[in-house]
Amino acid sequence: MPEIKVTPLGAGQDVGRSCILVSIGGKNIMLDCGMHMGYNDDRRFPDFSYITQNGRLTEFLDCVIISHFHLDHCGALPYMSEMVGYDGPIYMTHPTKAICPILLEDFRKITVDKKGETNFFTSQMIKDCMKKVVPLNLHQTVQVDDELEIKAYYAGHVLGAAMVQIKVGSESVVYTGDYNMTPDRHLGAAWIDKCRPDILISESTYATTIRDSKRCRERDFLKKVHETVERGGKVLIPVFALGRAQELCILLETFWERMNLKAPIYFSTGLTEKANHYYKLFITWTNQKIRKTFVQRNMFEFKHIKAFDRSYADNPGPMVVFATPGMLHAGQSLQIFKKWAGNEKNMVIMPGYCVQGTVGHKLLSGQKNMLDCFLFILCPTPIAPPAGLSMPGISFSKYSLEVKLQVEYMSFSAHADAKGIMQLIRMAEPRNVMLVHGEAKKMEFLKDKIEQEFTGISCFMPANGETTTIPTNPSVPVDISLNLLKREAAFGGPLPDPKKPRTMHGTLIMKDSSLRLVSPEQALKELDLNEHQLRFTCRVQLQDPYSDTDTLSRVYNHLKSVLKGYTVQHLPDGTVMVESIVLKVSSSAEDPNTKVVLLSWSYQVTPGCTIQGSQLPH
Amino acid sequence: MAAHLKKRVYEEFSKVVQQHPHEEVPAKKLRLTKPSKSAALHVDLCKASSPTDALQYLLQFARKPVEADSVEGVVRILLEHYYKETDSSVRLKIASLLGLLSKTQGFTPDCIVDDVINTLNSERSHQVLAQLLDTLLVIGTQVPESLNMRHRLIDVACKHLTDTYFGVRNKCLQLFGCLGSVDKPLPRESEGGGTGMAAKDVQSIISDYFGDQDPRVRTAAIKAMLQLHERGMKLQQIIYNQACKLLSDDYEQVRSAAVQMVWVLSQLYPESIVPIPSSNEKIRLVDDSFGKICHMVSDGSWVVRVQAAKLLGSMQQVSPHFLEQTLDKKLMSDLRRKRTAHERAKELYSSGEFSSGRKWADDAPKEKVDTTAVNLIDSGACGAFVHGLEDEMYEVRIAAVEALCALAQSSPSFAEKCLDFLVDMFNDEIEEVRLQSIHVLRQISTHITLREDQLDTVLAVLEDSSRDIREALHELLCYTNVSTKECIQLALLELLKNLTKYPTDRNSVWKCLKFLGSRHPTLVLPIVPELLSTHPYFDTPEPDMDDPAYIAVLVLVFNAAKSCPTMTALFSDHTFRHYAYLRDSLSHLVPPLRLPGRKLTSAPEASGLASSVESAQNFLKESLTRVCSVQQLDAPGAQSLLEFTIRDLQRLGELQTELAGTADFCATYLHCQLLLMKALQDKLWSVAVPLYLKQNAMVSGAAAQVLEETYKLEFLYSGLESRQIASIHHVRLQAKALQLVLLARTRRGVEPLLSACEKFLHEVDAFQRLFVTELPHFQDSFVDKLLDIMPRLAGSKPADLVKILQTTLRHSCFPQLKLPEQIRRATAAIIEPTGESDNPLRFTSGLVVALDVDATLEHVQDPQTTVKVQVLYPDGQSHVIQPKPADFRKPGPGRHRLITQVYLSHSAWTARIYLPRALSD
Repeated sequence: MPEIKVTPLGAGQDVGRSCILVSIGGKNIMLDCGMHMGYNDDRRFPDFSYITQNGRLTEFLDCVIISHFHLDHCGALPYMSEMVGYDGPIYMTHPTKAICPILLEDFRKITVDKKGETNFFTSQMIKDCMKKVVPLNLHQTVQVDDELEIKAYYAGHVLGAAMVQIKVGSESVVYTGDYNMTPDRHLGAAWIDKCRPDILISESTYATTIRDSKRCRERDFLKKVHETVERGGKVLIPVFALGRAQELCILLETFWERMNLKAPIYFSTGLTEKANHYYKLFITWTNQKIRKTFVQRNMFEFKHIKAFDRSYADNPGPMVVFATPGMLHAGQSLQIFKKWAGNEKNMVIMPGYCVQGTVGHKLLSGQKNMLDCFLFILCPTPIAPPAGLSMPGISFSKYSLEVKLQVEYMSFSAHADAKGIMQLIRMAEPRNVMLVHGEAKKMEFLKDKIEQEFTGISCFMPANGETTTIPTNPSVPVDISLNLLKREAAFGGPLPDPKKPRTMHGTLIMKDSSLRLVSPEQALKELDLNEHQLRFTCRVQLQDPYSDTDTLSRVYNHLKSVLKGYTVQHLPDGTVMVESIVLKVSSSAEDPNTKVVLLSWSYQVTPGCTIQGSQLPH
Repeated sequence: MAAHLKKRVYEEFSKVVQQHPHEEVPAKKLRLTKPSKSAALHVDLCKASSPTDALQYLLQFARKPVEADSVEGVVRILLEHYYKETDSSVRLKIASLLGLLSKTQGFTPDCIVDDVINTLNSERSHQVLAQLLDTLLVIGTQVPESLNMRHRLIDVACKHLTDTYFGVRNKCLQLFGCLGSVDKPLPRESEGGGTGMAAKDVQSIISDYFGDQDPRVRTAAIKAMLQLHERGMKLQQIIYNQACKLLSDDYEQVRSAAVQMVWVLSQLYPESIVPIPSSNEKIRLVDDSFGKICHMVSDGSWVVRVQAAKLLGSMQQVSPHFLEQTLDKKLMSDLRRKRTAHERAKELYSSGEFSSGRKWADDAPKEKVDTTAVNLIDSGACGAFVHGLEDEMYEVRIAAVEALCALAQSSPSFAEKCLDFLVDMFNDEIEEVRLQSIHVLRQISTHITLREDQLDTVLAVLEDSSRDIREALHELLCYTNVSTKECIQLALLELLKNLTKYPTDRNSVWKCLKFLGSRHPTLVLPIVPELLSTHPYFDTPEPDMDDPAYIAVLVLVFNAAKSCPTMTALFSDHTFRHYAYLRDSLSHLVPPLRLPGRKLTSAPEASGLASSVESAQNFLKESLTRVCSVQQLDAPGAQSLLEFTIRDLQRLGELQTELAGTADFCATYLHCQLLLMKALQDKLWSVAVPLYLKQNAMVSGAAAQVLEETYKLEFLYSGLESRQIASIHHVRLQAKALQLVLLARTRRGVEPLLSACEKFLHEVDAFQRLFVTELPHFQDSFVDKLLDIMPRLAGSKPADLVKILQTTLRHSCFPQLKLPEQIRRATAAIIEPTGESDNPLRFTSGLVVALDVDATLEHVQDPQTTVKVQVLYPDGQSHVIQPKPADFRKPGPGRHRLITQVYLSHSAWTARIYLPRALSD
């Protein structure tokens, strides 16, 4: 029985370091190659030794596919290709290929330069790794080799995010990566055709959530910013460089445009500028509105949003600043926060989730005095505490800061919620579903729901390293000879109907790894065999005092009267033919009154009709 | 000399006459070429050595039209060639030509049906078969009455339904759809195909093909069924299940057609009961189909989504329970039930804590959800509109908004519920969607009262930089009901903010406040002192009367005071003075108030407005009949009667706005008659010419004025019927005759007179042609008399003609004016630029300056083509500009708004602009 095997190396009942191995039709594919943000040791990368114990990666893997540029989906790529060693093709979409190295480089800088880690990949390795990348276009079928083909679908989520369909023969797997079923201000909704894969591997970050309409959130966000700016306050929006930042920028930019507002909006420079450049280029990957209007004006060429300079933070008057990082734990966003926190006119908007222990988290939990949170910030960083702080934890009175500014929380998440996941399943109509990239408990709920609401779909949720095997039922193509087909068509009506299977007679010849269906005569001729006829016979004893010929004619007359719809013939050689069934009558040797009726029919005929004839009238 | 002239005249006229037979010639020529057309085709086709050549000839042939009586010949030749032709592409082209030819006007295609059916039987190529069936379809639709032919065609279609080529099956199904008999089951004699379809009715034959393997055939089958429905056949309910199955087809075209099908069935059998699969319950069919169509709002193809969203709007019989589900998404977070932002807002509001800042985690999920009770997809209607309004494609969003509107209009409780969602749409990224949702909210605003927080969101849009959005919003505010006095205050505040930000919105804002005030007098009352900043003890400084913001406040207060008499007691002295000023200057915004110590001038309006309109109408009719008697009166009597009537009518127009157009029209018409009468009744002007130059000047002035008035009459009023237009033309003809007579008397030269006479005769002729049907109404009138002696006129000298005209003019009576139902006077009011602008426009010569023009056009028909903007420069130069069609908006019936930019370029002068109605033609 052919089967598809799926083994998550990461992201099995877990969020982070997505990495899934798929064996399909004799091909091995690695889906995503991410890192875990939560770990700083070996656990941050997937366990490639799972594969390498049997030899080199290149020999085992036919290709690697990266769904999008988030580090938990591509962070381990240079490590795998350059340090573990992989020379095969790596597939990703054009925007991912463009943005991915920027993020990797940034990540490398933080880990190596700031944290001083050794044994990490280098810039050169990132470059070498990117040389192995083969770009994909949406809906373009790429032949990896003769049998394996992959096709990318739009996934929303971030710029360039893709879902991939992997197909070998008639077996197929769809991997969603991260996706979003509701469009946002700059990206469209994920879409897939009814490709009916054998298994759909879906993320399930929000397996137990059904989200509210995003319009309320947007409106709230805009209203708050607007009000603050109107009364002369400053708004700080801590963001991560890519993804939501662009959405918020577009949102504010269009709002400014619509409402004719004049207050400046700033965006902290660096990574974001580079990324914005790519957003400008990959217009085809954005949503309807941006795609349709970019001829007049590219939405990412912001009119109101300018680059931020450190000195602007002290400027009087209202302004809006996007600053990195998003959790207010270090860098520019924290600096600005410190400057503005004392004024109740100002506002900080946290557009995402904040990890426990960060300033962002403290803010959101309503803490008004930031004393101990600075303690937290200062401790883990290797920078020496400023003068007056001989040792962490002794005296921080100097750093105590009263937070007067307003704190708002806005969640803009770009993952599909439970309804979205169900919608995608409905769109693709898979035979099996596998949930990855989510918490085990939440997956459990969704798994039940999927199995309950889609009849015939079984759902899996393997843990890391656990292999799921799915038997497949691939259709095997067979060549049929035209003569045979025509004959069959003439025999049983013209149209082949996929919903009504029909039996046909033919001979299957398996020769030289090809399958052919030909007519029996042709098969005999090709294989040089003699034709044998198979006939069934049956004896029925009758008590009949007449002579053999009389009995036969009585049988003939009876049959003729009973079997109206059939051709019954009395042949001169002493037999009766009912269609193709032959009847003969002979007296038994012992008792002349006992007549033996010999019935003979070929194997194609069901003998149902002849039985009736055995009850002769006396 | 005179003899010579006479000859010239005869020559002139005889020339005109001679030209008539010439015009006939081209028609004859056409007739000559006709036989040669088919012959040429025949020759061409015979000449063609290869199929490509033949195809070329046929293509060329197809470009030229063929007359009805030569079609048959052409068809014969084509068919002849068809039988000989071996190449299928040529046969295909011939088949399509046959279809084309049978569409020719005046040709009855019955005769070629047999031939086409014959060819059908012998045809091998599937493509050609499909084309031939298409030809039959064309023929069948040309002769819809012939039942016999239809039966034959249907038989043919039955025979070919089992073809292996999808195109043939498609066409057969189309034939069924277009020609299948609507009333009774199809009689079938021939036993073709052997598939045992005998004695089946059209519907079951078609529905067999719902399961065809080719999606195109499936689509065609559904479309054929829909076609039958359109032609009046009642579809059977059995196909409902099949149609529902097709909703999950792989192909979007099938799904799209199936959605329509399900909708049609839901409208046909709304109340029949269908079982819910997987449970024992049963529901109404309309509810079931509503759920199914709702499901299609989250389809993979946006075309289907648009269709589904649109159809939802028209399913008004659906039960409220299902309807309300469409707005409910059953939020949860981490398996806990969560309230939507809308619910939270409502709660906050009801707890009196409105507009407090958001607290962290106030959206935290509450009670735990029972996992078994959560249904993620099967709930059908659940959240359909939430999805539709969030869709990526704006087409879907607009369709969803429109559907919401349609459903809300029929169900007040649903209107209440969808309010929040519509308000959210004010924030859409596409302006069109925003605008649409504002319009929709206005349409359903009779059902709803805005809460304070909702109003707040609505008002936020007032700052939008798009003028359309702002004006739509003002319009919306005119119709909304608000619940508290804070709302009024809020609205006023935002509107004033809007006013300072966009001063051009002045009129619109004032109008908005007028309605806001008159709608909520009791809510305005408590805040009046605050609004007018009066103080119980101290005198406050008098506000600036020219401040638009202050005027806005006053408009609000005065309109509220109209139905709240106690309010006036709160006014301070200067308020009364300002009232008097505004009542005069902005009378359309400030209503008459019953002020203490002042008598209310206007008569009690409320007492039977309808009856007063009626009496006015009666008065109008009476005065018109009175005018008819003018003929019997002597000259001065008639004149004075006309004068009085005109005065009466004008006054009537001022008093009764409904009848203003009609009254105006009549008055102008009568004025024309008066002028003519005056001019003619002057006994002096029949005396020798040169002595009475002054008198002539008066008459010619009158004639010119009449001419101008008739043009106004013709083009400035809408709702005229051809009879009125004929009357107007008649008056104009009279004025022209008068001018001609004058010309003859003043000018010495003959040449201009000659051409003028000719022109006049042409006009009479044109009048006759244009208003043939109206001529009976012009008994005994000027034109009637002229037409009687027309043959004589054509041959007479100019001098004679003039004489005849003179007498006819004086002795003909005026035709009676018959009034149409409703005459509206087209008007144009320029809002921007205002006439008395303090700062004149300055521009450098040679450079261009753009000037915003904003005007309201009332009752203008087809303004895109008829309205032009004229710029008058101070040096007398003028220059007409055609505005772009996109500059016209239609805010209401019979009303247009022109907002455009005019580019000025001239030497350094200030410009004054005025906008006349362009006189087209």
